[in-house]
Amino acid sequence: MIAVSVQTGDFDPGREQAALEASGGGAVASFTGLVRGEGGLVQLHLDHYPAMTQKQLEALAEEASERWSLLGVRIIHRVGPLTPGDRIVFVATAARHRQAALESCAFLIDWLKTSAPFWKRERFADGRTGWVEARDEDDAQAARWKTGGE
Amino acid sequence: MAERLEILYFAWVRERIGLDGETIDHPGEGARISDLIALLAQRGEGYAAAFAEPARLRAAIDQKFVPLDAPLGSAREVAIFPPVTGG
Repeated sequence: MIAVSVQTGDFDPGREQAALEASGGGAVASFTGLVRGEGGLVQLHLDHYPAMTQKQLEALAEEASERWSLLGVRIIHRVGPLTPGDRIVFVATAARHRQAALESCAFLIDWLKTSAPFWKRERFADGRTGWVEARDEDDAQAARWKTGGE
Repeated sequence: MAERLEILYFAWVRERIGLDGETIDHPGEGARISDLIALLAQRGEGYAAAFAEPARLRAAIDQKFVPLDAPLGSAREVAIFPPVTGG
């Protein structure tokens, strides 16, 4: 089962995880990403390419599902205005054993950061605003799954 | 009637141009994204600012990521944007 949601509203990680626990395997791994309130950040706005986002996330979920023979994948990514402490992204995978669940969860969050059409705009307490720059480290993290990451 | 091409802008590309997107005459199957960018850069100051550094741009054709040297082919929708920063 693959389920992908791109939404403005919050989600309940516990409920999402419990749903995956019903997949029949022995392992569920999950990752929850939160908005960091560093440097006086007051708002993070998530922009995206609606016609492409859902398809791209589903394609990533399919890829992980095949590569690790997963029993279930759940991806939730929020868009719109968020504030420090808010949940921004959730990835969970269900598999027969822990290694497949843990690795596929890491793969998905690494790839999601570099190959799904989202852009973050920051607003700080002093009024400054700016688009977050892509980081080379994120590309490197994603690339490691290409070369014998398993 | 000439083929039309839908262009979409995101993040700071959209802000600098001041448009979410626009429809133009298709520049031809053999034209590359980089040719399209050079063409658009001549449309005004905002465009020139958005497209000043092609190395900082990424693109998609019909909702699939492509390199900037990809030919437009029979593309119906081209999106131009900065490197993604989700997650």
